[in-house]
Amino acid sequence: MNKSYITAYYTDDDDLLKGIRQLKEKGVEIIDVMTPFPVHGLDKAIGLRRSRLSRVAFWGGTIGALIGFFFQAWVFTKAYPLNFGGKPYLSVPSFMPVAFEMAVLFAAFSIVFAYLIYFKLTPGAKPVIHDERSTDDRFLVVVKAGEPGESASIEKALSEAGAEGIKLKA
Amino acid sequence: MENITFKLTKKLKTIGFVMVAIGLLALAYGFIAGLGGDRIVANLHLNSFYFTSLGLIGMFFVAVHAISESGWQVSMQRVGEAMSLFIPIGGIIMLLVFVFGGMHHLFEWTHTEHLDEILLGKVAYLNQPFFYVRFAVFFAGWTVLAWMIRKTSRELDINGDIKYFNKLRKYSAFYVVFLAVSSVVSSWDWLMSIDAHWFSTLYGWYVFSSMLVTGFSVIVIFTYILKRMGYMQHVNDEHIHDMGKYMFALSIFWAYLWFSQYMLIWYANIPEETIYFYERIKHFDTIFYWNLIVNFAIPFLLLMTRNSKRVSSVVIPVAVIIFIGHWMDLYQLIMPGAVGYEAAGIGFLEIGVTIGFTGLFMLVTFFGLSKVPLVPKNHPFYEESLHYHTNY
Repeated sequence: MNKSYITAYYTDDDDLLKGIRQLKEKGVEIIDVMTPFPVHGLDKAIGLRRSRLSRVAFWGGTIGALIGFFFQAWVFTKAYPLNFGGKPYLSVPSFMPVAFEMAVLFAAFSIVFAYLIYFKLTPGAKPVIHDERSTDDRFLVVVKAGEPGESASIEKALSEAGAEGIKLKA
Repeated sequence: MENITFKLTKKLKTIGFVMVAIGLLALAYGFIAGLGGDRIVANLHLNSFYFTSLGLIGMFFVAVHAISESGWQVSMQRVGEAMSLFIPIGGIIMLLVFVFGGMHHLFEWTHTEHLDEILLGKVAYLNQPFFYVRFAVFFAGWTVLAWMIRKTSRELDINGDIKYFNKLRKYSAFYVVFLAVSSVVSSWDWLMSIDAHWFSTLYGWYVFSSMLVTGFSVIVIFTYILKRMGYMQHVNDEHIHDMGKYMFALSIFWAYLWFSQYMLIWYANIPEETIYFYERIKHFDTIFYWNLIVNFAIPFLLLMTRNSKRVSSVVIPVAVIIFIGHWMDLYQLIMPGAVGYEAAGIGFLEIGVTIGFTGLFMLVTFFGLSKVPLVPKNHPFYEESLHYHTNY
């Protein structure tokens, strides 16, 4: 698979939004946009899908609650049964707080780790800086370069859309 | 956008009056069929408390957002203001029930000639003169503060001066603080003292959370009705989304308080405390368990995803379910103590009286809406409310 891509930057957020709309019309595939501050309406302009982290949280929470519940059920009925005030060994209400806490813990950890792994931010990850100026005040656009022959036309489209500092990277 | 005023149509009036007539009919049926004074009084008490609390939360919705200087709710705050018109009416009905023999049917501690040791120890608080004083203070405070907020909101609309906005915030702060104390104490007076031997320190917040989630659900329902009738077209998915979030979060909050109260009593297992739940689980088991399913599981599962909070076809049915569910919640708080399991039941009397109260509440709210322009155009946050946008 061709992994090359092109980076370019804008100096103004309004120009960025305008430029992105032009690029979209020309069918240029935008991989990512990096901005020094949140730009209103940008997520809609680049057609960003809604984050799927909430689903990770749901399943993480469900698994956590089940583990919390069944672990206690196993401990208090099979592994080490203790009699608390004459209550039955399988006392569902007393398992609830722990099951709830486990749900919260698992949901929180699952979204943190899912986020870190998905964006390759695990310990030892190498920082990727597409353009030095994106760490300052520029609005960086990363687009797909396509096949080797196509990159020239995409670079042309970028400069027509008002972008500067166009660089092809492999 | 021009400032439209809601018109109370003849059709709406007819529907309202027919519902009130059904209520009166059910009441008459209760007397004729000899269902017993306990049951009739407890029903009137339940519904007058329930619908008064909806009025209180209607004004709470306006007040709490005024203090926090939020903008999104401004375009629908007239609904909350109109709902608060019911507060004095609910108070009058409640007072009439108390004065005309209701006290003895509802509250065991009013039978001063045969009080046992425990109730004698509570006489300093649970006595009729002090009870009526508290009743008067609560309703006077609520009615006057709600009236002042409504008036200031109207003045702000006419003059558009920032002075009135600050005044609105001041009164709102008074209202919220007053309601925080009075809602808890009033729930001790009117609900917890039905089972006078029993007590729970969590009770007031439990009742308040129930009031909150129902009140917000009813605001959504009224907003939806207005939208279907062609008014308030500016209320869109974004506003519905936020109300959905409220309903979702407050349902969880209610369940949290329910469980906190239940688990501590279950764990400690002290007879004088567990008798409260023993009564309910043994004789009112259907309503006791359905209470949890309807008020927690259904809103929790149906309103969990972002998309379902944004669709009226999900939010409105859930709001109606919450409205019915918390009526049930109140039923299982009042009936076991006030009526007892032999006489209590849900029949034409209960359903009819509730329909009657719903009709009255609808009439009052629509009347309130028809008196003032539907949107507060000169409110500083009105424009913000129109362009409101929320992601999650």
